[in-house]
Amino acid sequence: MVTHESGAVHAHAAPTGFIWKYIFSTDHKIIGIQYILLALVSAFVGMFLSVLMRIHLVWPNAKLPFIAGGVMTPEQYLALLTMHGSIMVFMVLTTAPQSGFGNYFLPIQIGAADMAFPVINMLSFWITFLSLLVMLAAFFVVGGAPISGWTAYPPLSALGEIAGPGQGAGQTLWVIGVAIFCGASLMGALNFITTTIDLRTKGMSLMRMPLTVWAWFLTAILGLLAFGVLLAACILLLLDRTAMTSFFIPGGLVITDQQVAHKGGSTLLWQHLFWFFGHPEVYIAILPGMGVTSHMLSTFARKPVFGYRAMVYAMCSIGFLGFCVWGHHMFVSGMSPYSALAFSLLTMSIGVPSAIKTFNWLGTLWGGQIRFTTAMLFALGFVSLFVSGGLSGLFLAQPAIDLYFHDTYFVVGHFHLIMGVAAIFGMFSALFFWFPKMFGRHLNEPLGKLHFWITFIGVYAIFMPMHYLGMAGHPRRYSDLSGANFLGPLMPVQRFISIAAFLTIAVQFIFLINFLWSLKFGKKAEKNPWEATTLEWTIPSPPPHDNFAGVEPVIYRAAYEYAQPGAVEDYVPQHLAPEQVARAR
Amino acid sequence: MRRKKACAGSTTVAVSLAIFLVIFTAITLYTFFAKTWWFPDPITTFGRDIDQQFLRTLVITGIVFVLSQLGLAWVIFRYRGRGQRAQHIEGNLTMEVVWTLATLVLFVGLGVYAERAWAEVHFRSAVPGAVQIEVTGQQFVWNFRYPGPDGKFGRLDPKLVNASGGNPLGLDPTDPAGKDDLVVPVVAVPVNREVELLIRSQDVTHSFFVRELRLKQDAVPGLLIRIHFSATQTGQYEIPCAELCGLGHYRMRSFLTVMPQADYDKWLADQAAANQ
Repeated sequence: MVTHESGAVHAHAAPTGFIWKYIFSTDHKIIGIQYILLALVSAFVGMFLSVLMRIHLVWPNAKLPFIAGGVMTPEQYLALLTMHGSIMVFMVLTTAPQSGFGNYFLPIQIGAADMAFPVINMLSFWITFLSLLVMLAAFFVVGGAPISGWTAYPPLSALGEIAGPGQGAGQTLWVIGVAIFCGASLMGALNFITTTIDLRTKGMSLMRMPLTVWAWFLTAILGLLAFGVLLAACILLLLDRTAMTSFFIPGGLVITDQQVAHKGGSTLLWQHLFWFFGHPEVYIAILPGMGVTSHMLSTFARKPVFGYRAMVYAMCSIGFLGFCVWGHHMFVSGMSPYSALAFSLLTMSIGVPSAIKTFNWLGTLWGGQIRFTTAMLFALGFVSLFVSGGLSGLFLAQPAIDLYFHDTYFVVGHFHLIMGVAAIFGMFSALFFWFPKMFGRHLNEPLGKLHFWITFIGVYAIFMPMHYLGMAGHPRRYSDLSGANFLGPLMPVQRFISIAAFLTIAVQFIFLINFLWSLKFGKKAEKNPWEATTLEWTIPSPPPHDNFAGVEPVIYRAAYEYAQPGAVEDYVPQHLAPEQVARAR
Repeated sequence: MRRKKACAGSTTVAVSLAIFLVIFTAITLYTFFAKTWWFPDPITTFGRDIDQQFLRTLVITGIVFVLSQLGLAWVIFRYRGRGQRAQHIEGNLTMEVVWTLATLVLFVGLGVYAERAWAEVHFRSAVPGAVQIEVTGQQFVWNFRYPGPDGKFGRLDPKLVNASGGNPLGLDPTDPAGKDDLVVPVVAVPVNREVELLIRSQDVTHSFFVRELRLKQDAVPGLLIRIHFSATQTGQYEIPCAELCGLGHYRMRSFLTVMPQADYDKWLADQAAANQ
């Protein structure tokens, strides 16, 4: 149990004036919303880039808006690809689940008035915003955005303009942008960890925390360990680019008949550093979604989470194993084939905690009384996507099979399902669930359901066929299918994927309209519209500046006490004293 | 009553979602059974091993996939809100232990099984007497070098590289071992003989990939990586670049021709004559 001198709930006055209240706010709730809006804008930018790519891929001669010259060149395609990946991974999948929803609800769910370091929290957001601007600036410099993919493998990313258009100023801005982002994420991670450890209210023991809090807590630990490594890697790459160092550039290179003066570096060093960050990054994106899904399934099946402890241990082991498997991205990189053995078996064993989570989710639904809200539909969609996207990982984890699938569309389909779409479904679920608390109004449910259905069918229609392309050997990051004869017959599949993508992306505007319309005209929300048990539902919607109005809540029980035998209501909130619980006679 | 309202329409949603999951599962199964899109036939023995391992993995993941998706569809349908009260179940230790151990054995066992094909490719070196060919990636072409009758590769000097001047690899003319080296943009190998590739790159990372060999290996600047194979089928196969190497990545391609030994000898002689 945590005790407090000044207390987790130290009442502090709300700031006055628009700028301090909404722009440079230190209130975790405002900062959470800022992160969510940043992610929302970034997601639409990222989707727009993918629309342009998908058009070019299947209609190579189409005239496109925003493309210099009208018809897309190979380097423009690769620039869009690089920026799509970078924006989606860093600015959407890392910000919304963790910094967005985590910021808003972690303090409230543990009964705190704010984050442990409110000013650092504000700085984290604005530094993230700065990194987005720096990254986007790459589009507007000479040579355009970088073309080396979000993984930025050197020497392509290290040699400068000579390696291709976009590899000059654009790539430099990209490296600086990512480095800045790492700084912001490290500060955020420290804040989340400290807050969870120090600011839990009376009675909020670790095993009473909602699984969302566990997920955000573990994600913060992953972020703390992973982003430091990426930051170091970015600094080394920046030095290679600007200060003639040779961390990643070996000697004796000749590019377009020109000698490269660097010598002594190792290109594999970047891959090791990058994937030591890159693999945990997958879990940084998906763990919050797992927490949210557990939260939704329990709330809307009106049942306790099945195997709560197993769920916690499974998330811990996913987090731990996540740091031991980066080599599975490098089976064909020239790394020692013996280490591939170890990386492979460790990767296969991540399937175990993942399976535990899936079975426990099914167990949570079993015997429930399921309410199909939009939030619940997205959570159920998450489970289905997690299974589909996770199982294809078992192919890629085996080096012999990965020999064939590495860098094909099989990989693209796999990681989009599990890291992209599943994580996004977690966030849609979170938004439909918590929107009433955040803004005092509900999102429109019929519109939400329509959005869910088309999105759910759409994402499967986009990403499942990519596995078949991979089986046919279709390499990824090809701007044109004319480069190899065996790609021609695959064009119908690519067309199908493009059309599915256009429809799915169009439907996201239904969501956008719903979001904007509901802010003003949505159905007014009560304090606890979902009849849920955790602390955020004990305070007004939207919550006051210091969350609990200076009163420290006391926790009496675990997070998911639904369907308690003997209780009149089918849910018993965490904060209700035992004598207040109405008993059925 | 609020509780009533919360359940309204839940049957329609539950049934639709369950049906969708069943249809999705059925379509996925069908595409794999019908082999609508499939691998090209392998032309190496370990290629066949890899395909076997793919099928084993497909069966195991397929079972988990079908059970999970249909299980999800079933609980969605069976436990849709109809005004019933949910059961209070907090978990079941026996079940946790069973599915933890079961998946551990299944998944890790599968991983152990896969190591054989990997070991065949990577844990042993090429047999003595294997045909040696050096493969060099550069933006955006492949160059293949045969050591010539002396069996020795000549010295390379990056300072001498001059692709437009006809010396793309920087062969040192002062080294006698390099006099008979043959540099060509396409590669031919004899059928049923072990071939050792020495893979390198001159500028950025590329990747040597032949679908039918079931073989892929990055060409990494600064490293010389050896792989070997023995092709059992004659024919011509494409070599697309499989690692992003710049704007011409999509068109960086060459061809591998597998031919009978006699044809191969003749091809080598023809190429050498053309190179003089």
